[in-house]
Amino acid sequence: MALDSKIPHGKMDEKWDDYKGHVKLVNPANKRKLEIIVVGTGLAGASAAASLGEMGYKVKTFCFQDSPRRAHSIAAQGGINAAKNYQNDGDSVFRLFYDTVKGGDYRAREANVHRLAEVSAAIIDQCVAQGVPFAREYGGLLSNRSFGGTQVQRTFYAAGQTGQQLLLGAYSALERQVALGNVTQYSRHEMLDVVMIDGKARGIIARDLVTGELERHFGHAVLLCTGGYGNVFYLSTNAMGSNVTAAWKAHKKGAFFGNPCFTQIHPTCIPVTGDHQSKLTLMSESLRNDGRIWVPKAKDDKRKAVDIPEEERDYYLERRYPAFGNLVPRDVASRAAKERCDEGYGVGTTKLAVYLDFADAIKRYGKIEAGKTGNHHPSDDEAITLGKAVVKEKYGNLFDMYEKITGENPYEMPMRIYPAVHYTMGGLWVDYELQTSVPGLYALGEANFSDHGANRLGASALMQGLADGYFVIPYTLGNYLADEIRVNAIPLDHPAFVQTEKAVSDRLNTLINIKGTESVESFHKRLGKIMWDKCGMARNAKGLQEAIVEIQQLKKEFWSNVRIPGEVNEFNTELDKAGRVADFIELGELMCKDALNRNESCGGHFREESQTEDGEAKRDDENFSYVAAWEYKGDSNWELNKEPLEFEIVKPTQRSYK
Amino acid sequence: MAFTGFFLITFLIVHAGINSCIFLNDNGKTFNIVGRFMSHNWIVRFLELGLFAGLIVHIIQGLMLWRQNVAARPVKYYSNKPEKNSTWYSRSMGLLGTLLLIFLVIHLAHFYVGTKVALYAHHDAPHNLYAEMHEVFQQWWVVAIYLLGIVALFWHLMHGFQSAFQSLGVNNKKFIPIINAAGIGYTVIICLAFALMPIAFHFGWITYTPEVVPAIPVH
Amino acid sequence: MEHYNMNLTLKVWKQKNSKAKGGFETYQVKNISSEMSFLEMFDVLNEQLIEENKEPIAFDHDCREGICGMCSMYINGQAHGPWQQNTTCQLHMRAFKDGDTIVVEPWRSRAFPVIKDLVVDRTSFDRIIQAGGYISVNTGNAVDANALPIDKKDADAAFMAAACIGCGACVATCKNGSAMLFTSAKVSQLALLPQGAPERETRVLNMVAQMDKEGFGNCTNTYACEAECPKGISVSNIARMNREFLSAELNSEE
Repeated sequence: MALDSKIPHGKMDEKWDDYKGHVKLVNPANKRKLEIIVVGTGLAGASAAASLGEMGYKVKTFCFQDSPRRAHSIAAQGGINAAKNYQNDGDSVFRLFYDTVKGGDYRAREANVHRLAEVSAAIIDQCVAQGVPFAREYGGLLSNRSFGGTQVQRTFYAAGQTGQQLLLGAYSALERQVALGNVTQYSRHEMLDVVMIDGKARGIIARDLVTGELERHFGHAVLLCTGGYGNVFYLSTNAMGSNVTAAWKAHKKGAFFGNPCFTQIHPTCIPVTGDHQSKLTLMSESLRNDGRIWVPKAKDDKRKAVDIPEEERDYYLERRYPAFGNLVPRDVASRAAKERCDEGYGVGTTKLAVYLDFADAIKRYGKIEAGKTGNHHPSDDEAITLGKAVVKEKYGNLFDMYEKITGENPYEMPMRIYPAVHYTMGGLWVDYELQTSVPGLYALGEANFSDHGANRLGASALMQGLADGYFVIPYTLGNYLADEIRVNAIPLDHPAFVQTEKAVSDRLNTLINIKGTESVESFHKRLGKIMWDKCGMARNAKGLQEAIVEIQQLKKEFWSNVRIPGEVNEFNTELDKAGRVADFIELGELMCKDALNRNESCGGHFREESQTEDGEAKRDDENFSYVAAWEYKGDSNWELNKEPLEFEIVKPTQRSYK
Repeated sequence: MAFTGFFLITFLIVHAGINSCIFLNDNGKTFNIVGRFMSHNWIVRFLELGLFAGLIVHIIQGLMLWRQNVAARPVKYYSNKPEKNSTWYSRSMGLLGTLLLIFLVIHLAHFYVGTKVALYAHHDAPHNLYAEMHEVFQQWWVVAIYLLGIVALFWHLMHGFQSAFQSLGVNNKKFIPIINAAGIGYTVIICLAFALMPIAFHFGWITYTPEVVPAIPVH
Repeated sequence: MEHYNMNLTLKVWKQKNSKAKGGFETYQVKNISSEMSFLEMFDVLNEQLIEENKEPIAFDHDCREGICGMCSMYINGQAHGPWQQNTTCQLHMRAFKDGDTIVVEPWRSRAFPVIKDLVVDRTSFDRIIQAGGYISVNTGNAVDANALPIDKKDADAAFMAAACIGCGACVATCKNGSAMLFTSAKVSQLALLPQGAPERETRVLNMVAQMDKEGFGNCTNTYACEAECPKGISVSNIARMNREFLSAELNSEE
């Protein structure tokens, strides 16, 4: 099937304006008759539902949590980028666009990224108007910081809780629409399938997670804002409930899956402590602005970090990348940590960790502080005391979190960190209008593949989620719905609803009646281990081929031996989890297939076969400058569709941080 | 609660102030003059009605709060450690208030009723409240009851004073320390003054000699 | 920090559904690492129960990094357990020692009915927000973000109030089951910002009315909520809301 990305013609910086100027509109009287289903209520979902409700559409939202405010967007720490150029440091829409395309290692669609950069400024305006308490300067204006090694200060933030504040802003806008009767909110509901009628998405089957009952919901269009699928690795920084189920059901109903293997592994997470580990916790990337990363020069060094003298430490990022040092992009930093640990230089009980050390920063800040009071030759102790106060001011909440989790005091000894799965750039393939390959079915935010290419820059996920929800979908959805105004709400006893519900119900009954011996959690852990070992930070053909076989085997075992206690028609978290893990298993196989197919290294995807002599990632633009859009063709069977990527403006070059 | 609480807090200042006249140890002269003024001045008599109204409203509000708050948690905790997060007296305002009410009944029976009986039933017969206090506080168990009542009052005020400010919204970083200090100061002074009265009579620190008191002529 | 393993006795509230009568069940867990989080200990217990063909314990959780507000649990008599400014998911087992008995109950409030075991329904919080916890600005209506300078002091104070994660520990802890801390955090945040000014009176009146309607108790200023709040939301927000409420009442003409 040929993919039509529907990129408007014209100059890059005029495409979006031109599109908006010519897009079809729906008149207010008709909007009232049009029903929209929004699945997922994170930044993308809440902002889309609120905006569409404001416009007069009849909206229904669904989330599996007890409230939309719990969505995992809430956990984003660092900030949100916007091309405001408030700092007068040379930022512009073009630069944000350029940085994002380059940061994505030239695997994103230029037109989408440009639009993202264009609407970024309006997001900040909107959020401030909603009462989002961004950090401010003493003059009362907004504060910015640089993030992820960019050369301009374009990141807006609210301490280390930017995601929380933005989500609560979108959530409040959503609740306002609920109060006004424009949005109906279904929490503790999980979407379990898309209902297709005449080739279009016309509704969903949702399960009330409290009663276990299945419900049919009609919609003229269905928006999936269901986030990423990092939990396919079992351990990730995602929330425990984050899952791929909604996107996967859509995929099986015809929506193509774009670049599934593109996973971002974040370099600064708290390391795994043992088999009991259920999730990983991110420590903000901002820590790398001041912390130095190192491992001992000697293998299996058993001394305490503070007892290892300076000359016996290997500051490997500073050594390998003198130009960027500790501030290299996430993918590079992650791989370098893995390389050291694989070589046997790792620290801590598991040997899968490296040090992130603030001792130098503490001394440096301490000297500056002492200097402010005229003390130009402070003793080490004086400098350390003063410096600790500065570091506490800047990173106190992160240090506290570290101490809570590990029981160690990071002011006294270096933190131990290790990379962890954090974000998935891949997702449902969408065109310029955010419509998937199924008419009437849209994907927004992390759930789609579109804007981050093979690697996402820091502080860009929040930007994309809100851009899609507030400023893109309100326009592009109208273009589809304008042709749907004659379609009356389809009765819920339509055969398509009945059949889809039956299929969902059968699957749930099948699952619960397997009555095997192994828990869902155990299968999930096994899947995660295969994925992490063979489709993780470094991948090779042999490993991926093995992984595919192992996953297929795991799938068989799962469907014959999983044990789910309880009943279908009740609150049953094991059953909820089982459905999600079953989908993760299928997705895992596709990710490995995609990773196997993409025999190049780009962004977060590192194929060992494709590297330079000194071990850096090597892209292959000639053969792989495309979006891999996978079409579901049946059990373990996919067809690859390619959307060629053309770079009119940002010409691909090899990234170098040396 | 806060409005009526403030009203009662103000009343206590007046009450403690007037009663402190006994410490002049002038055989009740000053105290009885002020006392007579208080029971005869029509403005004060009018305010007295307000005081009772305020007290009753305070009690009714308290009962309503108690009823609503009990209803807000139909199933209680099996294991609960409120001492980890709040002071016992802040959680016991209802109990302390009930103790105070019981005390108040006794207190009014002792002193208020006598005064009013003298005023209305005996056509404003001369009534020596000072002498009555002296007599009543000779019994150790009355002193004990009074001290218990004052302990209840102490804790009720320890929470009530600053709580009233909080409820009326007067509470920020600047005012919290001032309000808290004022609350403790107020509570200690008021309760100390009240506590000393029965004690001082009982132990003879202040005395009463009947014949020295000039009889106030009947009109 | 030395790591150690422990054996524990757990007394956990089990309740089939909202209508069923619940009761405590006692469980033993062995070899729990001091490095586990409290919820990971529950994972271990649940795996053990599934292994024994018993029903696992239902509990709410999601982000497991202390920010989503989904986890609850009244642990040994305290909301979110013994640590201060902490959520259950961030409570680690080194807070306990070998041989301890731990009692775990759901949040108890009329406005938070139990759904199953330790899971409660907190949609009453959503409805309080729906009553006015927002600024009425449609997408696209906003002026430039820097057109409205805001005193850093106010912005910071608004942020401190906005840090509320809506977990309900304040209600669970309050001897009166009051939701004043939650409600006042939102009222305060929006009252501190100039954007919130046009609706400040209707907001506080409507949100307080909704709070009362949901069946939460009244505030008697014990400040237990602040002490147990995982985000350290200050009771000065309650004072601010009281202030807002009084002034709104005085200005109200209805």
